[in-house]
Amino acid sequence: MNKLVNTTKKNLKVKRKKTGRPLKESDVNLLSKEELIELYKQMLLIRRFEEKAGQLYGMGSIGGFCHLYIGQEAVVVGMQSVSLDGDSVITSYRDHGHMLACGMDPKGVMAELTGRESGYSKGKGGSMHMFSKEKNFFGGHGIVGAQVPIGIGLAFSHNYKQDGFVCMTYLGDGAVNQGQVYESFNMSALWKLPVIFVIENNKYGMGTSVTRASAGRSLAERGKAYGIPGLEVDGMNIFSVREAGKKALDYARKGSGPFILEMKTYRYRGHSMSDPAKYRTRSEVDAVRQQKDCIENLKEILQEQKITDDHFKKIDSEIKSNVSVASDFALDSSLPDEKELLTDIYI
Amino acid sequence: MSIIKMPALSPTMTVGTISKWLVSEGDEVVSGDILAEIETDKATMELEAIDDGEVSKILVQAGEQNISVGTPIIVIGDENNTTKISHVVKQVQSGNEKKEISNSDKITISVREALRDAMAEEMRLDEDIFIMGEEVAEYQGAYKVTQGLLEEFGEKRVIDTPITEQGFAGLGVGAAFGGLKPIIEFMTFNFSMQAIDQIINSAAKTLYMSGGQMGCPIVFRGPNGAASRVAAQHSQCFASWYAHCPGLKVVSPWSASDAKGLLKASIRDPNPVIFLENELLYGEKFEIDGENEIVPIGVGNIVSKGNDVTVVAFSIMVGKALNATKKLAENGISVEIIDLRTIKPLDIELIINSVKKTNRLVICEEGFPFSGIGSEIIAQVQEYAFDWLDAPIKRVTGQDVPLPYAENLEKLALPQEEDIVNAVLNILNEVN
Repeated sequence: MNKLVNTTKKNLKVKRKKTGRPLKESDVNLLSKEELIELYKQMLLIRRFEEKAGQLYGMGSIGGFCHLYIGQEAVVVGMQSVSLDGDSVITSYRDHGHMLACGMDPKGVMAELTGRESGYSKGKGGSMHMFSKEKNFFGGHGIVGAQVPIGIGLAFSHNYKQDGFVCMTYLGDGAVNQGQVYESFNMSALWKLPVIFVIENNKYGMGTSVTRASAGRSLAERGKAYGIPGLEVDGMNIFSVREAGKKALDYARKGSGPFILEMKTYRYRGHSMSDPAKYRTRSEVDAVRQQKDCIENLKEILQEQKITDDHFKKIDSEIKSNVSVASDFALDSSLPDEKELLTDIYI
Repeated sequence: MSIIKMPALSPTMTVGTISKWLVSEGDEVVSGDILAEIETDKATMELEAIDDGEVSKILVQAGEQNISVGTPIIVIGDENNTTKISHVVKQVQSGNEKKEISNSDKITISVREALRDAMAEEMRLDEDIFIMGEEVAEYQGAYKVTQGLLEEFGEKRVIDTPITEQGFAGLGVGAAFGGLKPIIEFMTFNFSMQAIDQIINSAAKTLYMSGGQMGCPIVFRGPNGAASRVAAQHSQCFASWYAHCPGLKVVSPWSASDAKGLLKASIRDPNPVIFLENELLYGEKFEIDGENEIVPIGVGNIVSKGNDVTVVAFSIMVGKALNATKKLAENGISVEIIDLRTIKPLDIELIINSVKKTNRLVICEEGFPFSGIGSEIIAQVQEYAFDWLDAPIKRVTGQDVPLPYAENLEKLALPQEEDIVNAVLNILNEVN
């Protein structure tokens, strides 16, 4: 994961023309052009992958629940880019982006979405239940908030083994009102466990806006009573995510305990594929897309760094091709053997 | 003169030990003074004086084990009333002598010690095993099952949690995913309902949902079922709840050697195991087999051989079935008792083979009848041994009511020895 090691670069002047939002110049300048392109590619891969998943769902190749990550790409790509190989990751069911950012193979992920034997869970888990021990990705959990105590358990095991790694526990704004989240805040703070709670606040828990569901001023402050520091972060800006992520990871890694990052982000698609989207207006979605899109923003920066249109086209077709390969691989794969019905219940 | 007797300091305490007298004969005490420290089945408690006066006689010395509740232990005031005191002293001495004789001719161990030894032995072998739960460390266990573990293994591996069952059950699951082997103690299984989502959705299902990648080697253990007069919310058998779910193994031993051997097997098992103990059995002593003996999960045990009726039971009901069998033997009825030991996977073969011999089956469980373990056994027996049955199968179960508090109602709600006797007599009459 740690492909984006910090390298000192000469100060490049970065001016934001379209959105006018200030960017942390320091981080932009610390990264090489290649590293910036790598971040761009990872976010684009997630977006194109999710668009393809949406299509396949429409065609009936993907069934059940399918929660797309489109719009939120900067959060997981930014966080994973500042983490170490060996840090563990756990999240809820909007998880395809996390898997790709953890380095899991898009082919295996897509094959799982389509319920094929070559999927990460042999077709038995589906969209919400995928794991890769090899990549330290621990799911993929379908019960809102249940991944949080498991996340502190992973942090407990890092601490027990003193292996120096941190668990990044992702949860949504909908999960923050589950009681077990606070049980986890308490124990992780009590025992100074190396865990970061990354709250992806995309403004809606299913169809209920945060303002209608959560009391208090800020989700970043939800750990205050336990002495857990929290930061509100612009989750649409990968550099803000990276900067906050580094700070939180350093804090947790040196043994100071848990850290909360509230990532202000936005999902462009519905909660799941069957979301009628009556709770927000089209113009609200469009405004975010046009002004804050994480991929477009990074593209502008890359353009300022003299990345040519041809280069972008090349990247686009490379990503599209990867996604097509994944989709073809999935659709060409067999359904699981019927014998699989009764395997993997016990070891 | 006031004679103070060994008090009952917990709902299940039948005997206690005076660990220390804090007064001596001849001392003047006033009401509220602490007279002694008494070790119960759960904790060490202080005994206070209720009356003022001089300590005229200490009847039971510190360190004497297993003094029955109700035994006079100290006399305060009226030192001239010597006849009465000497009478009391005589009573106490004869009582104690009797106990020592009965204890000295066997090498026995309590279920509580067996469970503790199982954990300690396994923890010595494998650094990745830790135990976590409410009061497991400094308090030495709410029921003293983890006594001494903190001292031996330290606070890294013996961890007191806040009262936060869902949280620490989930933490245990995460730690198991992370490569450790947690033992999660529920103070009682009643509180596991707070955590049942983590047990079922996270621990039991993940191996399957991950296509075999992510096992969850974890033991959830603690006392299950009714204790004594603690009423509905603290008295429930969860065997059928957990046995219902694929991915879990469910173990519920009766004897000390099975408790030890099965707990060791459960800790070594790579799957999530629900280990159902029984508070009333903790203090019960059994002869124990050799050290380090593992009892495999999924294997039942014939605890008493017989020919006329098969009685299947588990946990505390095994003892009740044995007592019932003695009464039935007086009437010339020969009962075969099967101790399931493991609920899931169920040793149905053992039951079927016994039924093929006796042709009659009675199933005992303390839990509710509806969708109980008995229901499952009946379904399987009629499927595999229908032609061997000479009578409809009978169940002896708890009543289908929340457990009442009142002594008489509680007794009515729980299956008793007489109920087993009656069920066996009834099933024999069916064919006569």
